Amino acid sequence: MSELLLDVEDIHVAYGQVEAVRGVSLNVPHGKIATVIGPNGAGKTTLLSAVMGLLPSRGAVRFAGERIDGKDTEALVRMGMSLVPEKRELFAEMTVLDNLELGGFARRRAGESRAALANTLDEVFALFPRMKERQPQLAGTLSGGERQMLAVGRALMGKPKLLLLDEPSLGLAPLITRDILSTISKLRETGLSVLLVEQNARAALQTADYGYVLETGELSLEGNAADLLHDERVIATYLGKR
Amino acid sequence: MDSTIAALLTQDGLTNGAIYCMIALALVLVFAVTRVIFVPQGEFVAFSALTLAAFEQNKLPGTVWLLLALGAVAALVDAGSLWREPRRLVRTWLGTSAPCVAAALLVWLVASAQLPFFVQVLTTIAAVTAMGPAVYRLAFQPIANATVLTLLIVSVAVHFVLTGLGLLFFGAEGVRTQPFTSASFTFGALNISGQSLLVYAFTAFLVIAMAAFFKFTLFGKALRATASNRTGARLVGVSPNFAGSLSVTLAAAIGAVSGLLIGPIATIYYDSGFLIGLKGFVGAIVGGLASYPIAAGGAIFVGLVESFSSFWASAYKEVIVFTLIIPVLLWRSLTTTHHEEE
Repeated sequence: MSELLLDVEDIHVAYGQVEAVRGVSLNVPHGKIATVIGPNGAGKTTLLSAVMGLLPSRGAVRFAGERIDGKDTEALVRMGMSLVPEKRELFAEMTVLDNLELGGFARRRAGESRAALANTLDEVFALFPRMKERQPQLAGTLSGGERQMLAVGRALMGKPKLLLLDEPSLGLAPLITRDILSTISKLRETGLSVLLVEQNARAALQTADYGYVLETGELSLEGNAADLLHDERVIATYLGKR
Repeated sequence: MDSTIAALLTQDGLTNGAIYCMIALALVLVFAVTRVIFVPQGEFVAFSALTLAAFEQNKLPGTVWLLLALGAVAALVDAGSLWREPRRLVRTWLGTSAPCVAAALLVWLVASAQLPFFVQVLTTIAAVTAMGPAVYRLAFQPIANATVLTLLIVSVAVHFVLTGLGLLFFGAEGVRTQPFTSASFTFGALNISGQSLLVYAFTAFLVIAMAAFFKFTLFGKALRATASNRTGARLVGVSPNFAGSLSVTLAAAIGAVSGLLIGPIATIYYDSGFLIGLKGFVGAIVGGLASYPIAAGGAIFVGLVESFSSFWASAYKEVIVFTLIIPVLLWRSLTTTHHEEE
């Protein structure tokens, strides 16, 4: 088995004539958290959407050694990838419980038992006790932090091998962001690999093992997350003084 | 108008309204999941009645050829797009073309063996339902991400193609099928036919079954999820093609049942579906093509208005029914916030 769970090689993503991501290569090893930081408009969300098959791209993307570029999003979900998108994309008119159950749709179709899904549901409730309390509530009526918990919980219901997280801190209070990122660190201990895209560079680098800096569609820097936290250029541009 | 006439008209209106109600529910379902205003819904109704009528006349229903044509074209289109992936091609064939061929064989068998009425009814439902996946695969799947307007234009085109095929395979003659029951019940001065009661019972059953399907089953929830957020649905592994195909298949099944129920009440021609579908559409519009209960209520109201206007101003019956849509649209345009299409 390849050591790399996700391996993106020279990916290009264009909106018509405009190339939003140009020749980006990155990877996520098994059981590690990699992060992509960068300013607004750098192409972070575009990159993640293309990896997840929501946007067409050029270049090679491999998941567990298998080429996945050109595959449908649904096929990637079945293979063990889950994206928590920036806009959360919850089913607003459905209950929290329905949203979570649907997170296990691909597993149910693959023949997994209700009991297996019930176990995962318990695990999600253990991570986010608030979701257990909110089960019968409509997803559209949740607060921003609760929606993020639900979006992560829904993704986890699919028992992914790789979780792709797009701006989990967006619009959230710092305390809630810290909670969510600490939950992600906990999940790494269970063997889950994570690709985290984040504008909040400090929080992202503190959580991740390895970091990439994306600027105007190209990687400008990469290295161990701990090293990047002390890199002069990263400090000057993204971290500022503490 | 005395109370007896009013009661008769109400009974008539409720019976037709119940059938429009089923059509309205199917239209809301397909629109919510696929954004297609499903004009060909009426064709499923007409083909169903025409198939059962052919069985009753001991003829081979034209449905056989219609199913074989749909199945063959869908198989060729799938082969063209998936020939590099033989496993996926076989799976796709099993979901789209194979049901058409199997249903065609079943129709042929039932017609040749002259099996009993009950079997004919079930075969008719199976045959019309099998058209659903093929119609979705051929007409809507390739343009699933198009604008609502493009989808509507294609929907109108599918209606014309199916009507043309209906003329080719069923002929121009109108049919009326035997009622499921000739029983009638008298309540005071009012005489209610068993057929009307059957229509009410089927409609009530369908409404309850649909509600249960959406509330309790995984596939029902997947359809609601797709209607609520297409990207979100894809992210949990619900393919828009799967959801689209499932919704049109359910619509075809509902159309088949509606056709069986309306067959004994009205004379059905190859092109009768359009007008029936349009009345269901007026009901669905009352619910904003989004609310199942309001669409159902709207459709029953359409049936009542149609029935009473046929008494007071029969020449203007259709005009009055379709005029109902104007105040609803006016009210909706004044109260709904306009969103740019994504």
